[in-house]
Amino acid sequence: MSEPLLIVDGLEVALPGRTGVTRAVRNASFTLGRERLGIVGESGSGKTTMGRALLGLVPRPGMVTAKTMSYEGTNLLACSERDWQRLRGRRLSMVMQDPKYSLNPVKTVGRQIGETCRLHLHTDRRETDRRVLAMLEAVQIRDPDLVYHLYPHQLSGGMGQRVMIAMMLIAEPDLLIADEPTSALDVTVQNEVLRILDDLVRDRGMGLIFISHNLTVVSSFCDRVLIMYGGRIVDECLARDLQHASHPYTRALVAATPSLDNPRAELATVARDPEWLK
Amino acid sequence: MSAAAEGTGALTRPGIGRRAATILGRIASFVVTLAVTFVGLTAVTFFISRLTKIDPVLSVVGDKATKAAYDLAYHQLGLDQSLIVQYLIYLKRLLSGDFGVSVLTSQPVLTDLLRVFPATFELSTVAIIIGVAIGVPAGVIAGARKGRWQDHVIRVVGLFGYSVPVFWLGLVGLFVLYGKLGWVSGTGRLDVFYEGEVTPRTGVMLLDAALDGNWEIFGNAFSHLVLPASILGYFSLAYIARMTRSFMIDQLGQEYVTAARVKGSSFWRTVWRHAFPNIMVPLITVVGLSYASLLEGAVLTETVFAWPGLGLYITHALFNSDMNAVLGGTVLVGSVFIGINLLCDLLYKLFDPRLRTQ
Amino acid sequence: MSDALTAWLQTDAPTSRRQAVMGNAYRALRSILGNPTALAGLIVIALLVLMAIFAPQLSLGKSPLDQDLAGRLGAPSSAHWFGTDELGRDVFARTLYGARVTLTIVILVAVIVVPIGLAVGTIAGYLGGWVDAVLMRITDIFLAFPRLVLALAFAAALGPGIENAVIAISLTAWPPYARLARSETLTVAQSDFIQAAVLQGASTWRILVRHIVPLCLSSVIVRLTLDMAGIILTAAGLGFLGLGAQPPTAEWGAMVSSGRDVILDQWWVATIPGLAILVVSLGFNLLGDGLRDVFDPKSS
Repeated sequence: MSEPLLIVDGLEVALPGRTGVTRAVRNASFTLGRERLGIVGESGSGKTTMGRALLGLVPRPGMVTAKTMSYEGTNLLACSERDWQRLRGRRLSMVMQDPKYSLNPVKTVGRQIGETCRLHLHTDRRETDRRVLAMLEAVQIRDPDLVYHLYPHQLSGGMGQRVMIAMMLIAEPDLLIADEPTSALDVTVQNEVLRILDDLVRDRGMGLIFISHNLTVVSSFCDRVLIMYGGRIVDECLARDLQHASHPYTRALVAATPSLDNPRAELATVARDPEWLK
Repeated sequence: MSAAAEGTGALTRPGIGRRAATILGRIASFVVTLAVTFVGLTAVTFFISRLTKIDPVLSVVGDKATKAAYDLAYHQLGLDQSLIVQYLIYLKRLLSGDFGVSVLTSQPVLTDLLRVFPATFELSTVAIIIGVAIGVPAGVIAGARKGRWQDHVIRVVGLFGYSVPVFWLGLVGLFVLYGKLGWVSGTGRLDVFYEGEVTPRTGVMLLDAALDGNWEIFGNAFSHLVLPASILGYFSLAYIARMTRSFMIDQLGQEYVTAARVKGSSFWRTVWRHAFPNIMVPLITVVGLSYASLLEGAVLTETVFAWPGLGLYITHALFNSDMNAVLGGTVLVGSVFIGINLLCDLLYKLFDPRLRTQ
Repeated sequence: MSDALTAWLQTDAPTSRRQAVMGNAYRALRSILGNPTALAGLIVIALLVLMAIFAPQLSLGKSPLDQDLAGRLGAPSSAHWFGTDELGRDVFARTLYGARVTLTIVILVAVIVVPIGLAVGTIAGYLGGWVDAVLMRITDIFLAFPRLVLALAFAAALGPGIENAVIAISLTAWPPYARLARSETLTVAQSDFIQAAVLQGASTWRILVRHIVPLCLSSVIVRLTLDMAGIILTAAGLGFLGLGAQPPTAEWGAMVSSGRDVILDQWWVATIPGLAILVVSLGFNLLGDGLRDVFDPKSS
């Protein structure tokens, strides 16, 4: 593994609210190279917030602070809004959970994908169209010319998510954050989408952060896994070593995953230890 | 379309036939509601006309008439029939344009109404243009900058807008801007010595003066129009800005807005080019509703500014117990009001994006 | 407030129905008082009520009806804080007494409109079927009527006066409450606790009154408060046109109208009562906005 793409040290995200300040992310530290990193946690563990923080999209009045947060040498903490606009979409990008909501209902697919191109690569109309069609083929949409002119509500879940991927990868970023990319899809479609993501990430040599609550998917898809709980990263290990994890929360998560090979009468539940919140 | 549906099995747009049926169904429902509401309105005005303490027979024959003459008139007016029949006669006359004769002007009420309507139309239309031109951008900015100072300022201005009595604002406006500062002209549509100098083609003073090429009168008409139209426009923009703000806040909380930011679109670009197109349809219905309510607000404004429109006509008729004129005006204003309201309802249902994701 | 009482009100586990109800009321009151918009509105309305009740005392004994033609159209002075009107009456006293008329109209309209709206809405929502269809049609018809113009027509026929003004306004003001009550009822009607009450043998009437109506109340109250401003403005508009409370009763709209002719020179006659209308409307709007923040933050 060469130079790390992303270095995060001591990341804190504080969200002031009516009842006080919630620390959504506490003292998170990790690095990422051109590899696949999974971030697993339950709802409220801070994983999505961390993903947004990496893109500078934590809305006011939330505050993002860290000792270090740098991407390909650029200090993300010192970025102005204009700096962020140049980074987002072009050098790092995010695929979101549900294409029903994450695609603009009143714009055609082609125009939405093309927008990323026009914003960053300043291509003209014809060149943009060409690239959009090429990208649609790359995500294995069978009839790119037709789909180009469709509206999001005319797409199925799997197609929508592929459009999303096309939209976010067309400007060729080096890092993709995938926030629950398959959670809103039918199980049969999930594998297809994952496979497409897999191919693209591998072919382009990108770094990938895969955020999910689904340990099974993450463990089969990623190289390394971070486990988050209560805003903290409580454990970190290689995907293949999950079975031998040492942290009790990780072990509980692994144990709670139903498996066809080891059927049990009762599923294990996680006994939470307040110690993990410290 | 069908080939693609076979191929990918993934396209979910319902067939053309079904969508057309839904649209036709909605239009049919609209027509029925319109008819029923119109009947309701006329039933209410009919009922009101029967409430009046003035004996309609006496107003025709005079109070010195003999019993025979009274009975004859009573029969001729149809008052010996049952209420339902009387109502149906009334409805039939309304539909054929017979709104009765005005006691004040001795003209058919319909003629009077058509004469005064353009003045109200001119006032309301200029007001709605002001309302949209200022209200929509204000609402967008307030929604986009929710919680910040722009939002607070716009909200306060709007709050004032729905708390202030329109007639009072008109008076104060006249006092300050005309009486003290002389920036605008006073009441009426034109200065007295200009009256009758413009050929009344459309009834809309600005248009008529422009068509005549008479720019001096155009300027005068404008300076008479600007204050009442601005005041009405203020109410319109308060409402439009509030609704726009609310729509905008809804949209900005949606995932696709975040996705646009992820792509690298700047904040304001996202607001105007991503979020705003999504609120245009509900916004059109809001503007329509505001326009309808302006017709009502014109009643009080016209009284203050002696603007010879529908509102002034109705209030004059009111004070002179000219029931035909009052009720005729009520039916006209009511019908236009109802028409616009229901049309906006229909437009919203036709273009509701939720229709699309069947 | 003593600590024991506060603890009793704030407990998570009320032991009696009364404790639960009072606890809720206490919490609601605290939220309202904690919300600056609502608080501002509440203060204004409290002032309105105080003005209305204590008008005789606050006007320092001056009558709103005493004419003094020699001293008519007097500017504000130490004797007459807001000046005198065209008949020499004290504008300050008339403004204070005018609060009574406004408050009367507000209360009367509320008392008419809310029960009718609740009744129509809950019945339509609970019984469904053709009852629902018919009632909603009627509601929609009245909803589409222009309020002011219809009130004018009514006043033209029935003659001017507060009662007629109240009737005219109520006639077009009730439909939104019916719609609101209906939509709340629809949300609740299929719930288990309603079904439980049905199984216990509760009559439709009892279910509606004891179970459904209380659930609709909070949104109805928010809506009512917001509407109040509009109702005050409409009533003032009618008064301006001479159709509300008749002279010599002091009514703010009518006062603005009588000050109209002298606006250019004796601005206070028309301006002061108009300001009163403005402030009171503002108060209701603020309270309504604040209540909505507290009770129904999703819709704000």
